[in-house]
Amino acid sequence: MSVSLVLVIVMAVLYACGVYLMLERSMTKVLLGFLLVGNATNLLIITMAGKAGLAPIVSEGVAPEEMTDPLPEALILTAIVITFGVSAFLLALIYRSWRLGKEDSLGDDADDVAMRGGAVTMQGEDTDALPGDTEFEERPS
Amino acid sequence: MIFLLVAFGLGSLLVAALTRWLGTRVFLVAAIVPTASFAWALAQSPAVLGGRVVEESFSWIPQLGLTLDVRLDTLSWVMALVVSGVGALVMVYCVRYFGDDEPSLGRFAGVLLAFAGSMFGLVVADDVFLLFILWEATSVFSYLLIGHRTASKASRGAALQALLVTTFGGLVMLVGLVILSVNAGTTSLSAIIGGADAAQPATVVAVFLVLVGALSKSAVFPFHFWLPAAMAAPTPVSAYLHAAAMVKAGVYLIARLAPGFADVPGWRESLVVLGVATMLLGGWTALKQNDLKLVLAYGTVSQLGFLTVVMGFGTRDAALAGLALLLAHALYKSTLFLVVGIIDHRTGTRDLRRLSGLGREMPVVSTVTALALASMVGLPPLLGFVAKEAVLTSLLDGALELGAIGWVALGGVVLGSVLTVAYAGRFFWGAFWSKAGVDPVRREREHPDFLVSPVLLAASGLALGLLAPLVDGWLGGYAAEFGEVEHPYHLALWHGLEPALGLSALTIALGAVVFAARARLAVTQDALSLRFSAAEGYGLTMRSIDRLAARTTSLTQRGSLPFYLGVVFLVFGGAVTAALVLNRSWPSEVRLWDYPGQLAIGAFMVVAAVAAVRATKRFQAVVLVGITGFGMSALFALQGAPDLALTQILVEVVTLIAFVLVLRRLPARLGEKHGSTHRLVRAAIGIGVGVLMAVVAVVSLGARNDLPISLEWPELAYEGAHGLNVVNVALVDLRGWDTMGELSVIIAAATGVASLIFISTRTDNLPRVPRKAARKDLRARLTADRDQQERTSWLLAGRTLAARNRSILLEVVVRLIFHALIVVSLYVLLVGHNAPGGGFAGGLVAGMALVARYLAGGRVELGAAAPIDAGKLLGAGLLLAAGTALTPLFFGVDALTSTWFTIELGPLGSLDFVTSTVFDIGVYLVVIGLVLDVLRSLGAEVDRQQEEEAGVSS
Repeated sequence: MSVSLVLVIVMAVLYACGVYLMLERSMTKVLLGFLLVGNATNLLIITMAGKAGLAPIVSEGVAPEEMTDPLPEALILTAIVITFGVSAFLLALIYRSWRLGKEDSLGDDADDVAMRGGAVTMQGEDTDALPGDTEFEERPS
Repeated sequence: MIFLLVAFGLGSLLVAALTRWLGTRVFLVAAIVPTASFAWALAQSPAVLGGRVVEESFSWIPQLGLTLDVRLDTLSWVMALVVSGVGALVMVYCVRYFGDDEPSLGRFAGVLLAFAGSMFGLVVADDVFLLFILWEATSVFSYLLIGHRTASKASRGAALQALLVTTFGGLVMLVGLVILSVNAGTTSLSAIIGGADAAQPATVVAVFLVLVGALSKSAVFPFHFWLPAAMAAPTPVSAYLHAAAMVKAGVYLIARLAPGFADVPGWRESLVVLGVATMLLGGWTALKQNDLKLVLAYGTVSQLGFLTVVMGFGTRDAALAGLALLLAHALYKSTLFLVVGIIDHRTGTRDLRRLSGLGREMPVVSTVTALALASMVGLPPLLGFVAKEAVLTSLLDGALELGAIGWVALGGVVLGSVLTVAYAGRFFWGAFWSKAGVDPVRREREHPDFLVSPVLLAASGLALGLLAPLVDGWLGGYAAEFGEVEHPYHLALWHGLEPALGLSALTIALGAVVFAARARLAVTQDALSLRFSAAEGYGLTMRSIDRLAARTTSLTQRGSLPFYLGVVFLVFGGAVTAALVLNRSWPSEVRLWDYPGQLAIGAFMVVAAVAAVRATKRFQAVVLVGITGFGMSALFALQGAPDLALTQILVEVVTLIAFVLVLRRLPARLGEKHGSTHRLVRAAIGIGVGVLMAVVAVVSLGARNDLPISLEWPELAYEGAHGLNVVNVALVDLRGWDTMGELSVIIAAATGVASLIFISTRTDNLPRVPRKAARKDLRARLTADRDQQERTSWLLAGRTLAARNRSILLEVVVRLIFHALIVVSLYVLLVGHNAPGGGFAGGLVAGMALVARYLAGGRVELGAAAPIDAGKLLGAGLLLAAGTALTPLFFGVDALTSTWFTIELGPLGSLDFVTSTVFDIGVYLVVIGLVLDVLRSLGAEVDRQQEEEAGVSS
């Protein structure tokens, strides 16, 4: 099967812009990048359907070969709604981060930075200590 | 046997619950189950001794070939008697050992019984995987029992150590068991052993892997260190787990495998060498201990080494001797532990330097101890003596026959026995002797029935010794598995003056000498104290694992999202590039476009995307990204995907509104305070991914040679699902499970949104407008005198909004279109099966109607428009979808099978109803729930928080 060059180029630009935005530290930009990557991926899937055809609705005189492949369409339909759900979630995250810290940027995780600096040590259970030599409290005779 | 295992399981739950009422007497209830098991095993004696094997089988997980195969032969019979008998006696002992105020007594009782059950199952299991599961179960229960005193750090540490060592061994063993069962083509232990081919390399490897498990469980060098630390457990646990039951599991497994695998190269050598090392190390260390319980702990390590030597020796006589020794050890060692518990209970110490004069005061206890110790060192007429004679004779015969390794075994055992005699003497002296200058420590006298268990155990050691010829017959069945020999050895008290008797006398004499010289020995031992112990090795390993984990974490967890994403994209790029380099098929032709319109739309989208990257204002960027979305919708429409176009455009609008709702609280300017960093790197990664994906698209489409499976879908949709819209049919019928998954994702996302905003609850606390009253009020005002100053409202709760925020035009428009939108949404939902539309699109249209009400009338209006909780909508939707999916099962057809019927509507014609429409209604509800959650959280609740912050009440 052959590919429509225009679709591929649009998809590549969307991917490039999306990835660029996702690597930003501003949470809003990350979310926008996520949306662009989502659109690009939907384009990738629809490209896989091959040549544009008729809507996949059964009617007399239309052979299955003339329709656009319905499988990628079903996949994309699902993807669109999920992308919406996930972006709503990210939006809620952004709002919360703003409300708590007046911050729309992704700082480095303080615990991880502390660990890198060697300021954190792991605490294991002490197995060297043997128990005392009684299970009953001593009482004077 | 299986019903007994069930009884153990139920019993452990029951006793845990009963403890509240019964206190320590609950152990008497607990003892019923092992007592019954003991009685059951006794009842099987005629069958087992008659050479028959009692078998039961219950198919557990047939798909995995897992069966509950249990099997009672001589070895299992002996083990089952030991496990259940000692278990019952230990539980009886617990009644007096613990006080009613003991913390978490119920859990302890339940776990102890559960342990007894898994141990019982372990020794009768015939399926290797059942064996493994019970094996690990004993490890887990032992962890809980050793760590019974949760407040003590030493106790927790010891429990964890025992768990890690034994489960490590267990996992290694699992690998071995898998190899063995795959090789043999069966999971039956008896069949694997029966068909053993000791020469096969895979078998050799597998057997050694299994041995690692056995040795770690039985605390044989180099795994011996966990056992002394496990003495943090309450003493009854030590008496049961660390003398009679769990530590015997490894020895049992060695004994079980020996008839088939003793000829595996290296089997005898490694077991003898490790066993002798353990025996000597344990005995030597036991001599140094001042805590009576630790004397026993190291003594047990030593005896486990002894048992390993004998069981691993692999001759018929050694096997008989080993089983007798195992039985004797279980009896005397649990007696001794119980005695230590009594002494501790009475005096409040186990330090042999502080005990004095107990012997005269506790004549029964000291007699019982003397009997048990006599059995341990091998004095006639106790069972220990009988076993030791048999061991020495069989090893001597073996040495004459096998040479060096036999002599190592014999020499090691003799030397180890000398140490055993010495620490046995020290134990008795330490516990009961009157020592000069030591003030006796005393507490109240013990209740006589505290002594029942140790007396019975010690007495059985004596009785079985006297009945040696009978015991020989009982144990003979196991020895017979090694085949016939010319002059089989028989257990007896008197074999005449033979070399073994001489050796036995020698060990006792030498042991007495070592005991007499104990003061001088202590000085030597201090001088010789080892620089490095296995326990330190364990500690070192654990610390280095911790360090390695910390280092790995600090290396990979940079704490920066851009860094993580960058790594993800680079790895993704690298992997895909590698795959592309290997690609050989390229498409033969490339089209410029499907239709010229694509170029125009595409150009718009490219410009919008690039502009979005460069945008400096938040709304600007959002709208630009939105344009690419609308572009997608146009492309879909022209590509022959009307469903997608419809859904995409609706989603775009709702997304835009959600953005606006949140971004109104954020500053207008977009971007870092300090500007963007690493621009070039990010651009390079972005462009790289873009180009790569372009190539991927071209190559993967070029690689599509076969006809798409979806060519059959139109027919399937029409014939099977009675629908014309193939995409919709795919969603609700053909690929319905995928949609179910998607619905769960949406519900999770919607719940996530709600909980991020509402924090503590799932539902909002919107002031509910009583709809009936509001409607009446509205109607009254609409028809009332128009002269009043106050502007009227067209919406139910319109008046709750501040006047400056109200738009009468919007209110009127919403008033006019709301119901129409709902009707449209229902229409879109219902026609979706045959025309563009369906649950997703319909739900979004209904969502838009709610959006309109919210925008026009504010948060109270939203509450009035949708008086139902979003969570209930989501739940109801999922319930409908799942119900539609599962209902067909009740009619004996596959899940999600759809059916249809025609409803005659008289003059209105007829309506075809397809059951998958119900599924679509579920989708519809879930989507409305999602939109409602977004509105309630990001809209209404954010409004409320804003008002709260501003201190304004509307």
